[in-house]
Amino acid sequence: MPSAMIIPEMTASETSSSLDEVSVKEIGFWIYLMSDAIIFALLFATYIVMSANNAGGPTAKDLFDLKHTAEETLLLLTSSLTCGFSILALSRKCRSEVLFWLSVTALLGASFIGMEITEFHGMVSKGAGPDRSGFLSAFFTLVGTHGLHVSFGLVWGLVMMAQVAVKGLNEHVASRLRRWSMFWHFLDLIWVAIFSFVYLRGVI
Amino acid sequence: MRRPEFTRAPGFKSYVYGFASALLLTAFSFGLGTTHLAPPNIVLDMVYAAAVIQILVHLHFFLHLNLSYKKQALFIVSLFTFVIVVLMAGGTLWIIFSLNAHMG
Repeated sequence: MPSAMIIPEMTASETSSSLDEVSVKEIGFWIYLMSDAIIFALLFATYIVMSANNAGGPTAKDLFDLKHTAEETLLLLTSSLTCGFSILALSRKCRSEVLFWLSVTALLGASFIGMEITEFHGMVSKGAGPDRSGFLSAFFTLVGTHGLHVSFGLVWGLVMMAQVAVKGLNEHVASRLRRWSMFWHFLDLIWVAIFSFVYLRGVI
Repeated sequence: MRRPEFTRAPGFKSYVYGFASALLLTAFSFGLGTTHLAPPNIVLDMVYAAAVIQILVHLHFFLHLNLSYKKQALFIVSLFTFVIVVLMAGGTLWIIFSLNAHMG
C-alpha cells in the first residue's frame, strides 16, 4: 500500500491549528508514545506477576494510602484539562493565555511530583524501599518510570514556556507545543492504569 | 473564563466533557475502593472496567483519537500497539500464572 494512502495530505497541515489535523511530526511522535506504551504495559505485567511476592515485608495494604493517591490523581487530571486549554489558547494565537495555562499545568505537575517524592520518601524511610522485596522492586520501577516521565514532561513544559515567551507562537513553537500536550495527556492516561491496577488493586 | 470566545472554541467542549467523565469514573473507582459494598473480586472487575473506559475517554477527548480518515495513521499505529501489548503483556501473565498454578 503506498504510504500516501495511510498518511494523507500531511505536509500542508504543519501550521494548522485544528484539533482534527495531524502533521507528519505528530504521527512520528505518536509512534514514540506507542513504543512508550509497550514499555509501560510490560512494567505493568512485571508488577502484577511480582505483586504478591512481598518476602515477609510490608504488603500493598500496609503501604498504600488511597487518599494520597486520589489527591495525586486529581492534580494530574486537572493538569490535563489546563494543558488542553493551553492548546485552545494556541489555536487562537493568544500568547499570554498560552503562558498562563502552561504555568498552571506546570504548577499542577510539579505538585504531583512533590506528592510522589513524599510518598516514596515515606516508604523508603519505613524500610519499604525497592530493595525490600520483589513487589517493591516492581512497584518502584513502574511508578518511578511514570514519575520520571512526568518530570521530563515538566522540564519540557518549562522550556516551552521560555520559547513561547522569547520566540512567540511561531509555527515551530506551535508544533512543539502540540507534541508536548500529546506527551502530557499520554502520561495522564498511564496514571489511570497505575491508580487502578496498582493502588486500588493493592488495597481492595 | 477570561474571554467570552474562549468557551466557544471548537475544542473547549471536548476537554470539558473529557475532564467531567474522567472525574466521574475516577470518583467511581476510588469510591468503590474505599467502601466495601461488594466482594473484593467483583469490586476489582468493576474498577478494571472503569479504567478501560477512562482510558478510552482520555484517548477520545484529550488525545482526539477517532476513526476519521485524517486520523487513520494514528489509529493504525494504536491498533498495532494494542496487538503487541496483548501478545507481550497478556502472554507474560498467561504463561507465568499458568506455570504458577502447575507448580502449586
